[in-house]
Amino acid sequence: MTGLAPPAAQVRAAPKPAGGRGGSLWWMALPALAIFAVFGIVPLVGVLVLSFTRWDGIGAIHPAGFESWRAVLTDPGLPHALWVTFLVMALSWAFQTPMSLLIGVFLAGRQRYRELLAVIYFIPLLLSSAALAITYKALLDPNFGLGAGFGIPFLAQDWLGRGNLALGVVVFVVSWQFIPFHALIYQGGVRQIPITLYEAAQIDGAGRLRQFFSITLPQLKYTVITSSTLMVVGSLTFFDLIFVLTEGGPGDATRVLALDMYKRGFQAYLMGPASAIAVILVLVGLALALLLRRLGGRDQSTSQMEGM
Amino acid sequence: MGPHGTTTEVSVAYSPMSRRHFLTLAAGAGAGMTLAACGSSGPGQSGGGGGEASYWFLTAAPGEQIRTNAVNRFNKANSDTQIKHTAFENDAYKTKIRTAIGAGQAPTIIWGWGGGGLKSWVEAGAVDDLTDWFGQNAAVKDRLFPSSFGAATVNGKIYAMPCETVEPIVLFYDKRAFEKIKAEPPQSWGDIMDLVPKFNAKGIAPFSLAGQSRWTNMMWLEFLFDRIGGPEVFQAVFDGQKDAWSHPASLDALTKVQELVRANGFIKGFSSVVADANADQALLTTGRAAMMVHGTWTYGSMEQEGGDFVSGGNLGYMNFPPVDGGKGDPSDTVGNPAQYLSISSKATPEQKETAKKFFSTAVLSDEEQSEWLNTGGVPIVKGAETKIAGAKDPEFLKFIYDTASNAKVFAQSWDQALSPTAAATLLDNIAKLFQLSISPQQYIDNMNQAIGK
Repeated sequence: MTGLAPPAAQVRAAPKPAGGRGGSLWWMALPALAIFAVFGIVPLVGVLVLSFTRWDGIGAIHPAGFESWRAVLTDPGLPHALWVTFLVMALSWAFQTPMSLLIGVFLAGRQRYRELLAVIYFIPLLLSSAALAITYKALLDPNFGLGAGFGIPFLAQDWLGRGNLALGVVVFVVSWQFIPFHALIYQGGVRQIPITLYEAAQIDGAGRLRQFFSITLPQLKYTVITSSTLMVVGSLTFFDLIFVLTEGGPGDATRVLALDMYKRGFQAYLMGPASAIAVILVLVGLALALLLRRLGGRDQSTSQMEGM
Repeated sequence: MGPHGTTTEVSVAYSPMSRRHFLTLAAGAGAGMTLAACGSSGPGQSGGGGGEASYWFLTAAPGEQIRTNAVNRFNKANSDTQIKHTAFENDAYKTKIRTAIGAGQAPTIIWGWGGGGLKSWVEAGAVDDLTDWFGQNAAVKDRLFPSSFGAATVNGKIYAMPCETVEPIVLFYDKRAFEKIKAEPPQSWGDIMDLVPKFNAKGIAPFSLAGQSRWTNMMWLEFLFDRIGGPEVFQAVFDGQKDAWSHPASLDALTKVQELVRANGFIKGFSSVVADANADQALLTTGRAAMMVHGTWTYGSMEQEGGDFVSGGNLGYMNFPPVDGGKGDPSDTVGNPAQYLSISSKATPEQKETAKKFFSTAVLSDEEQSEWLNTGGVPIVKGAETKIAGAKDPEFLKFIYDTASNAKVFAQSWDQALSPTAAATLLDNIAKLFQLSISPQQYIDNMNQAIGK
C-alpha cells in the first residue's frame, strides 16, 4: 500500500459517480437481496408476529398480545435453557480453540505426512450430525456400548444419563465434529504468515515456542476472531446433534435454547412461546456477533502487514 | 359384546409398533419423505383415477407390511377407486401429519392414536364427523369392540374408525432370572421391592426401562396411580379439575416410583436408553434385566430379534400386580384400545367415498385379521378370540385378549389422552421425576399448573 493510491482513486471516482465500473452495478445485489428478503426477513417478521399470537399449528391464529412473552419470560425453563446454551458455547469454544489452533499450526507444515493427516483429520466434518449422534449414542451405551463390550469400567459410565456427564459428552462430540473445520481455517491463516517474519526471528535467536507466541499467534488474531465468531454463533443453533444424542435430557440438563424452541413449537404445539424464543435466539445471536466484531474489528484499518 | 361390554373404556394410546426400529427404519422413513415430497398427493389434486385417495401410516414391522397389504388388496379389488399410501417413521409422522393438516395438505385417510391428538384435529375442523356414517353402516360399527370407540369419540361424536389391534401394557419377565434367584413373579408392590435387592445381588437389573423415551416411564405411573387410587385419580386430571394432581394417591404413587429408582430398581443408565432402538427389550431378552413393563406390541420384535428367548419359553407375562392397600381394581389396565383412521375434511367427495369404501370393505378383513394374529396382535373384531387357537402363539394372544376384555377399566395412555400441550409438560416432569431432580411435591405443583392447558 502506498500513500498515494487512495486519494488518486477518490479523485478518479468523484466526477462520474453513476458511470464507469463501480457505480451502476447496484442492481447486481438484487438477486441476493431478494433471496435474503424472502428467506431471511419475511420469516423473521412472521416469527415476530407469531410471538404475539396464540396458535397450535393447525387451528386459527388468535392475537394474544404479550401472553406468549409473559409465559416465556416468567418460565424458569428460559434462564435454564440460556444457561445451558451459554455453557455449551463457552465450553466448546474453550475446548475447540486451542485444539484447532494446535492442529492447524501443525498441519500448516508442508511435509507429505502432514498432508495425509490433514485429509484424515478432515473426515469428521464430512459426517452428518445425526449419524454422529447415533454412533456416539451406541458407543456410550452403558449396557451395550464400548465400556460394557471391552469390560472397561471407566468407559461404562452412565454418559448420557447424568446431567453433567451428558453436557460434557455434548461438548465433546460437538468439538470432535467441528475441530477439523476450525483447524482448516487456522491452517490457511498460518500459511498466510510471511516466511520472512520467521526468518527474522530465527536470526534474532527466537526458539519455536517464542516464534509461536510472538509471531504465529499475533498474526492469527483475525483468524481467531473469525473462527470464534463461527463457533459462538454456530453453537447457538446446535440442534440436530443434541436432539438425537440426548433429546435435551436427562431431564432438561442439555436443553439448549434451540431445543427448547423446538419442543415448545413442535411437541407442545405452542407456536406463540416458541416464536418468542426464536426471537430471543436471533437477538442473542446478533448481539454476540456484534460484540465479537467490536472486540477484534475496531481497528480494522490498521494492517498486520504494516512495515512489511 | 361379551366381556368387552363391561369395560369402562376411557380412550387411548400412543404409538405402538411405531416406536421401534428407529435405526433400521431411518432409511425407509427418509425414502418415504422423499416420496411424499415428490408425489405430493394433496387433496386439491384430481387427476389420475378421478379422485385417488391418499393414506399415510406408520412404518415398523410387522404393521407396515400388514397396512400395505390391506391397501394393495383394496386397490386390486377396486380398479376405479385407488388409494395411494405412504409410510413414515413414528416421530417423523407425528410432526409431518400435523404440518400437513395445518397447511391443508392432509392425506384423505389420516392414521392416528385417537384421544387428545384427535381432539385437536377436530377443534381445527380438520377431520370429518363419521357419526352419521356409522349410523347408516351399523354393521361396520357393530363388528368392532365397543371399547375401541372411546378414543375415537370427541364431544359425543365419532371422528375416527377404530382399526388394527388392542394393545394393553403388561409386565413381561424372564423366567430364567427368577429361577436364578429362586423366586416367584411379584404378586404385589411389596414383592417388587423385595425382589429388587435379590436381583441386584445376582448382578441382574430388576427392571429394564427405556427412560429417555419418557412415555416408558409414564407407564409406571399409569399403573401405580390406578392401583393405589383407582382410575378416578387421573380421570380428574383429564377432566381438568383444579389441583387434581394433589390427590393423596398421587403423592403416594410418585414417592413409590422414586423409591424404586433409589433402590436401583431400573437398569443402570436407564435415562439414556431409548425405546425406538428396542434397547429396553434387548436388555430383557439378553438376560441383563429380569422384568419389563411394556406394551404387548413388543412381543413380536422380542420374538424376531431376541434369539431363542421367546421360542425357548423363557418369556413370562402378567398384568401389573396390585399395590397393598390400594383402591384400584387389579384387573385394570392401560394401553391402546385400538388405532384410528380419520377422514380429512379437505378431501374431495370422491376421495371421501373411496375412504369410506376402504373402511367398510377392507379394514380388518379376514386376511388382515389373520396377519395381525400371526404377529402377536389381537384385532379389535368381535369373535377374534375364536381365531386365536388357530394362530401362532395362541397362549400369548389369549393372554392379551383376557387382559383387555377382563379389565374393569381399560384406560388410555396419559400422553395421548391429554392435549399435546399438556402431554409435553407431563413427559418433561416425568423425566425429571425419574431423574430424581424434582421431588414428588414439585411434580404435583408443576403439573397442577398445566391442568386444562
